[in-house]
Amino acid sequence: MKRRDFLRASALASLSAIYPGFYPGLSGWTYSSGKDSPGSKKLVVIFLRGAADGLNVVIPYGDPAYYSARPTIAVTRPGETDGALDLDGHFGLHPQLEPLLKYWQDGSLAFVHCSGSPDPTRSHFDAQDYMESGCPGQKVVSSGWLNRLLTVLPSTRSSIRAINVGSTMPRILQGPVSVASFAPARAGRPSVVDRPFISSAFERMYAARQDSLGVAFREGMDSHRTLKSKFDQEMTAANKGAPQAANFKGFGLQVGKLFGEDRTTQVAFVALGGWDTHVNQGAGKGQLANHLGVLGKGLADLARGLGPQYRDTVILVVSEFGRTVSENGNGGTDHGHGNVMFVMGGGIKGGKVYGQWQGLSKGKLFEGRDLPVTTDFRSVIGQAAHEHMSIATADLGKILPDFQLTDRSVSAIFGA
Amino acid sequence: MRLKALLCLIVFIASFPPALAGTSVNSRSRTDGGDRDLARHILNRLAYGPRPGDIDRVAAMGVDAYIEQQLDPTAMPMPEPLQGLIERSPALNLTPAQLFLKYGKQTVMAAQGIAPNGKRTGQKADARTIAEREELQKKIRENFRLMYGQITDARLMRAVYSPRQLEEVMTEFWFNHFNISFDKGLDHLWTGAYEQTAIRPHALGRFRDLLDSTSHHAAMQFYLDNWQNTGDGARKRGKFAGINENYARELMELHTMGVDGGYSQADVVSLARILTGHGMQNRQSVRRNGFSTGLESPTGYFFDAGRHDNSDKLFLGRTIKGQGAKELEEALDILAAHPSTARFVSYKLAQYFVSDEPDSKLVDSVAATYKKSGGDIKAMLRVIFKSSQFLDKSNKGAKFKTPYRFMISSLRATNATIANTKPLLGFLRMQGMPLYQCLTPDGYKYTEKAWLNPGGLLQRIDFASALGSGHFRAARPRELEAGTIADIVGVRSGSTTMSTVDGAPPELSVALLLGSPEFMKY
Repeated sequence: MKRRDFLRASALASLSAIYPGFYPGLSGWTYSSGKDSPGSKKLVVIFLRGAADGLNVVIPYGDPAYYSARPTIAVTRPGETDGALDLDGHFGLHPQLEPLLKYWQDGSLAFVHCSGSPDPTRSHFDAQDYMESGCPGQKVVSSGWLNRLLTVLPSTRSSIRAINVGSTMPRILQGPVSVASFAPARAGRPSVVDRPFISSAFERMYAARQDSLGVAFREGMDSHRTLKSKFDQEMTAANKGAPQAANFKGFGLQVGKLFGEDRTTQVAFVALGGWDTHVNQGAGKGQLANHLGVLGKGLADLARGLGPQYRDTVILVVSEFGRTVSENGNGGTDHGHGNVMFVMGGGIKGGKVYGQWQGLSKGKLFEGRDLPVTTDFRSVIGQAAHEHMSIATADLGKILPDFQLTDRSVSAIFGA
Repeated sequence: MRLKALLCLIVFIASFPPALAGTSVNSRSRTDGGDRDLARHILNRLAYGPRPGDIDRVAAMGVDAYIEQQLDPTAMPMPEPLQGLIERSPALNLTPAQLFLKYGKQTVMAAQGIAPNGKRTGQKADARTIAEREELQKKIRENFRLMYGQITDARLMRAVYSPRQLEEVMTEFWFNHFNISFDKGLDHLWTGAYEQTAIRPHALGRFRDLLDSTSHHAAMQFYLDNWQNTGDGARKRGKFAGINENYARELMELHTMGVDGGYSQADVVSLARILTGHGMQNRQSVRRNGFSTGLESPTGYFFDAGRHDNSDKLFLGRTIKGQGAKELEEALDILAAHPSTARFVSYKLAQYFVSDEPDSKLVDSVAATYKKSGGDIKAMLRVIFKSSQFLDKSNKGAKFKTPYRFMISSLRATNATIANTKPLLGFLRMQGMPLYQCLTPDGYKYTEKAWLNPGGLLQRIDFASALGSGHFRAARPRELEAGTIADIVGVRSGSTTMSTVDGAPPELSVALLLGSPEFMKY
């Protein structure tokens, strides 16, 4: 018997002894074989919190208006110093995203420009909420679309169907399906609850509660034990000089490995901050460039870490809204509207900038200042769920209520 | 060296009788359960939880007297060692200009003969050796640590030991409402000064004064980028070359009206124009106004009329005449008097003190008091503390503690002596609530949804076990009597928690109580 299985079995035994009745937390506790099971397709969502400046990520270097709107922060044309990396003769990639170029070239990386939420808010917090709940303009929805997605996927009977990297639970993963959270540097660290005598005392106190605390405790014990056994194996690798997962770069490797080894994990979520560049955002180098460097390396590590699983995985990179087309008075940009989304994965039809690009003339801009949203972010999510995760059209409404998947302009990404 | 000094100090502070200076504890015997339950509730919400003996003291003096005492913090003397710690802290007491000159990166560089542009006088920057660069980075990091250590020591010591508990609870609230972050550039120098001069003096004062003090502090001007916000027609200088909307938007969305308060993008632009030229002292301002004037600004604030857009603005349906710095006063008056502001601030207070989803009738009555009293915070708090929603039995122990409150309340319950604050700060970081380091202007949330998650709960249990079993070297409990702790936690006899504790070895009792479901709530 593998150690992980033993831990699961013993945890189950001790909990059952204390609380013999049925409760939902136990329903997924059967031993999982690690073989391919239904719903083995995976989705990773990376959220750039703070509104990343999409125009400096996928750069319309072929449009002179781009350069006149951004006299000090425009990324220079391909071939120039710190210039954009040409994608298709019109758009270029920020030079710090160079590690992603090979994925563009092999057709597993696509972008959707002028995408985003149809809601016009320029509040970070509302816009993030909307993008995570999947219900723009509605403030009463408390669960997140990524969690609701799990409710319609076939269950893999794993205690970690969903992974959140971070110490607090983001809106996008709130909902009925339990989620394992781990701060990368701490995953699998020893805990007092590893000592059976103490854990049984705490289990007794918390088992008595059917409220949110009781549920959180049981889920915590469950995923702690599973992650611990996984990371026990990781530790040996770490000792041989593998990087610690204290940053996103490390996360890429570790989530890649978790996904690669355990085919029962279906979704993962990571949020990266620091994109609210009102001041001094820089061009080919500088503040935004540094953040993009981390993102580019992390994504490349993730793709590599996934190994053969890369072909079954879709990685979406989103941000709550874009930024003003023109730079502001301080070498930065203010809150805008349309933005660019990344879609990455071994099975997609990439190598193309999707979305309807209408140029940067004032008449084509949203409220005369921002990129418009010509592709609703839900069209991309919906296609990913439908085409990639094989979710029936009838179930899409559970993930994205009040949304009809009628815009098929991006469906080609997922091979439809 | 700091740690050693801190250790001595803390032992000294902790040896003071807990809380409630100035109260004569009369000889009344333990009052009945109802009074003690209410006293525990009041101590949980107005303070960071009871210390040993507090429940009996508050029950004896009566909760109304306790509330009034807490609403008048300056009448309660601070324990001398705590007062000393605060008074001796440069990070809390120097002005932003002084802090910049004493601990700023450029000062460190200047000491090594390096100009602000990175070049050594008469030399190219890259002529510096690797050793010199490393030495410079080390000195800069030392200053960061020094600043962070001073401000966090002061905050944690006050939260655990200050008799002025409501002042602490409200300072946390307003700092978070007008959040700035230690992690944003120069604000690492100014976070302590900002709390000490812009937040704390008004924590139980008037809301309008908070708008004034925060908008006129270098830390806020820097944090939300307004120091560079420059009128379109104004004299341009490098990066000071046009409008920056950041502060204008957050001032309405997060500080006053709330996101649905009824303002438009045009109002954001108008307020941004009103805010042009408001900023912080810099070389130019000092040069223009004389060095001594520059240093004397207690908040590091400076208005640069040359960068202000002096045209008339239409703001929230009112015309504000171009009149330099005074426009901001007019705009802040409008914002403070706006009904959306009354409601937004009242909602946040009710959520903080009463319930994650506060009753709208309660919010209405707090908002009515805001309007009637002109934003008098004490008057609003009295309404909350006397409300049926606050006092309702079902409300006791119903809120989930933030990581900060969980940690502080456990240190208070066990009357711990703190030898080293670093592991405490590490716990807060691990829990996702690093002190003074919320990077985004919305601050931390005060709801269960934001903080209750499986991994975080296990970390709390680890912390409780380490502290309660005496294995936490950074903080040592001085109260380990299980009955006393159970009383503070409010565990009922006959409950599963109580029977589990009774059935466990005595040396585990306190660990189990501090990690119990009951102690996660307040």
